[in-house]
Amino acid sequence: MKIHEYQAKEVLRQYGIKTLESRVCTTLDQVSSACNELGYPCVIKAQIHAGGRGKGGGVKLAKNKKEALLHGTAILGMQLVTPQTGPEGQPVNSVLVEQGCQIAKELYVGVLIDRDKNSVCLMASTEGGMDIEEVAVNHPEKILKVWVDPVAGLMPYQARQLAYGLNLSDDLSKKIVRFLLPLYSAFIDTDASLIEINPLVVTASNEVVALDAKIAFDDNALFRQSKIMAFQDPTQDDPREAMAQHHGLSYIALGGNIGCMVNGAGLAMATMDIIKHVGGEPANFLDVGGGATQEKVTEALKIILQDCSVKAVLINVFGGIAKCDVIATGVVAAVKELGLHVPLIVRLEGTNASKGKEILRQSGLSIIPADDLLDGAKKAVAAAAA
Amino acid sequence: MSIYINSSTKVLVQGITGSAGAFHAEQMLEYGTQIAGGITPGKGGQLFAGKVPIFNSVAEAVRTTKANATVIFVPALFAADAILEAVSAQIELVICITEGIPVLDMVKVKRAMQGSKSRLIGPNCPGVITPGACKIGIMPGFIHKPGHVGVVSRSGTLTYEAVFQLTNLGLGQSTCVGIGGDPVNGTSFLEVLEAFNNDPDTHAVVMIGEIGGNAEEEAAAFVKANMKKPVVGFIAGATAPEGRRMGHAGAVISGGKGTAKDKIAAFEEAGIKVAPTPAEIGITLKSVYG
Repeated sequence: MKIHEYQAKEVLRQYGIKTLESRVCTTLDQVSSACNELGYPCVIKAQIHAGGRGKGGGVKLAKNKKEALLHGTAILGMQLVTPQTGPEGQPVNSVLVEQGCQIAKELYVGVLIDRDKNSVCLMASTEGGMDIEEVAVNHPEKILKVWVDPVAGLMPYQARQLAYGLNLSDDLSKKIVRFLLPLYSAFIDTDASLIEINPLVVTASNEVVALDAKIAFDDNALFRQSKIMAFQDPTQDDPREAMAQHHGLSYIALGGNIGCMVNGAGLAMATMDIIKHVGGEPANFLDVGGGATQEKVTEALKIILQDCSVKAVLINVFGGIAKCDVIATGVVAAVKELGLHVPLIVRLEGTNASKGKEILRQSGLSIIPADDLLDGAKKAVAAAAA
Repeated sequence: MSIYINSSTKVLVQGITGSAGAFHAEQMLEYGTQIAGGITPGKGGQLFAGKVPIFNSVAEAVRTTKANATVIFVPALFAADAILEAVSAQIELVICITEGIPVLDMVKVKRAMQGSKSRLIGPNCPGVITPGACKIGIMPGFIHKPGHVGVVSRSGTLTYEAVFQLTNLGLGQSTCVGIGGDPVNGTSFLEVLEAFNNDPDTHAVVMIGEIGGNAEEEAAAFVKANMKKPVVGFIAGATAPEGRRMGHAGAVISGGKGTAKDKIAAFEEAGIKVAPTPAEIGITLKSVYG
């Protein structure tokens, strides 16, 4: 789960991490009074669940009230497109108005789970304010890393190792250590999956301040993070993805014209791949889960059909725990409820496959049966092109 | 022969009275798996299905039944506890089916397992099956057939797809291992390949990977350097967009790393023949073996 910058800063401040004075605003009036309170220059930052905001025109410096109102008007309510959003962008419903500051140095700090080492990794770099993934590719030596033993937690020597590696004064190194230790605690306590402070700045008055903050959380741990759950902002999610999540389905919109419904994540990806291989474009990823029920099948089909670019639907189910007859009954019920305006291709295999195929045949609906995965993909591509 | 499990493996079921645990315990019994006992704290002394003794703790179950494997069906919130309880009872093989375990819980579990003799498979996996001998997990038993092809995969239903293709071509399986779709898991591709390499009854291997992480690349390097048997592969997720988790917690391309393209290239470089589509996994294996 992702949250906004202002929410991430709220979390970090609870751990004693310094941020600049700021106000969250949803109206132009609020922007105006926030700027007056904080003084000029100040920065107006669009709040969306994606990075690269500056590149899309979502972060502006205001030197006076006129500029503040100009930028506020432009940014509030805009559909912000950045390299990390889709082409349609994301809606800016709030901005963060933040005090300006004199920057002496820009650093980068990140915390994430290193899946190869099965542990939490802290990273620091002198290349703050840059695209860190580019630094990782072109200058991997400029990213310092330590790995944390979950039993001991982040030890001060490890924080010092990173701080000294940044070639800062003794005084600043101490401040970096006092920044890193609570940052790690914040990561663990909130079940974060990623924290990035880019940039972490050293101000002209030698303060260490998180100028930006990005936190993502482990979806699997949200059940024990009720405070974090309160940060959810559904306006930032694709409505179909939000609806799918509500029904325990995993759905991702992709932009092609062949809707897919599959049981199991690996098979769902493989189904998208084979559609592409035979010349089609998948409209979505959709995993109805290993134990797909009739209700889930109906909801899944509803979500797929909401996408008006869908020209054909391929259902691919390999019954294990999920029984094909149950799936078939669900498909028939869903089609009868929703009506069907696009060709539906169904491939059923595994547990009770022949019973399932029989149910589809006897339904009298114009469902196109497929013999196997390849046959299903070919029929779906042909139907979408027709 | 086979790897990890065979007809003499004695299995415990942790969470045997829950709906998933009970259903799959029945299915495993029907397949012929020796279910030695179940564990549900507070229900010790009762019987499951009129014959399987239920215990309050794994330690007690091991003492009484001499079981050497366990399968975990408890909810995600309690899964780390269940895994470490099994490890502390020194069970050789711990298979965790549970999906949705917080990744920081798994980081702790991995650390706590250092130096233990237990092998963890999963979590978020379909389990392990040695066809005709022992099924520990949730896979449909009837699609399998005893034979000499080893199968290892991060996926559930995609593995069934591959196994079904093999069986239809008359190619039976020695053992099929689902290592699970989570970013931090117990047993890696590499460890399973090593076991298949040392198993005289496994003559060829199918390895099914997916986007995210580096485990396929690591496995490919092992194959290139050490593998004495033909290996074929498939990688799911060639069409997956960057930065999105594709159902499995571990299936995500981040920072341009973990793409299907890179993994396929690593496989090919290691001499692993890659099936061009998921419909051709069986045929691809047949082209190098049998």
